[in-house]
Amino acid sequence: MQTLYLALALFLLLNLGAGMWRVLRGPTAADRMLAAQLFGTTAVAVLLVLAQATGNATLRDVALVFALLAAVTAVAFVRRAWPDQEVDHDSK
Amino acid sequence: MTPSDYLSSVLLIVGAFFSLAGTLGLLRFPDVYTRLHALTKADNVGLGLVVAGLALQAESWAAAGKLLLIWLLVLLAGASVSHLVARGALQRGIQLWRR
Repeated sequence: MQTLYLALALFLLLNLGAGMWRVLRGPTAADRMLAAQLFGTTAVAVLLVLAQATGNATLRDVALVFALLAAVTAVAFVRRAWPDQEVDHDSK
Repeated sequence: MTPSDYLSSVLLIVGAFFSLAGTLGLLRFPDVYTRLHALTKADNVGLGLVVAGLALQAESWAAAGKLLLIWLLVLLAGASVSHLVARGALQRGIQLWRR
């Protein structure tokens, strides 16, 4: 089981790295935020798997905080940080 | 390996597959609305299956309950976020993808 946990954590981490492409490309702020949202979920999964693999139960609390923050971040983005007019950052 | 080990291995691997599908969808889908669709699958099903697989291995009921709580929080976040982002995108006039 130990090998499976570690392989799974690595696989999820690679997924996360691949998602970076969407943050770089955009094109809209919303796309970047969605990628950040996926990072949050994947990070929660990685932390839970590592908590089981290492027997370190504290990591579950870290995952709990991540899950809480994910909701707050996204609502803050939509209500505060999202500009009313989409600017095309790629055409410069 | 006990039977519950096998079951949780299967759940973990299928969960990882859904996570991969979510990432691929986020990278390949053409606009923000379709990407929302891919993202919420990874949130709900991918994390849900990983949590189910880990809950089978959890050392106590309290630990399994915490895993479930984390999943429910992520579900709540995912549902409200996809609603807010989709509505915000429509209000800002981001075009729907057409073939």
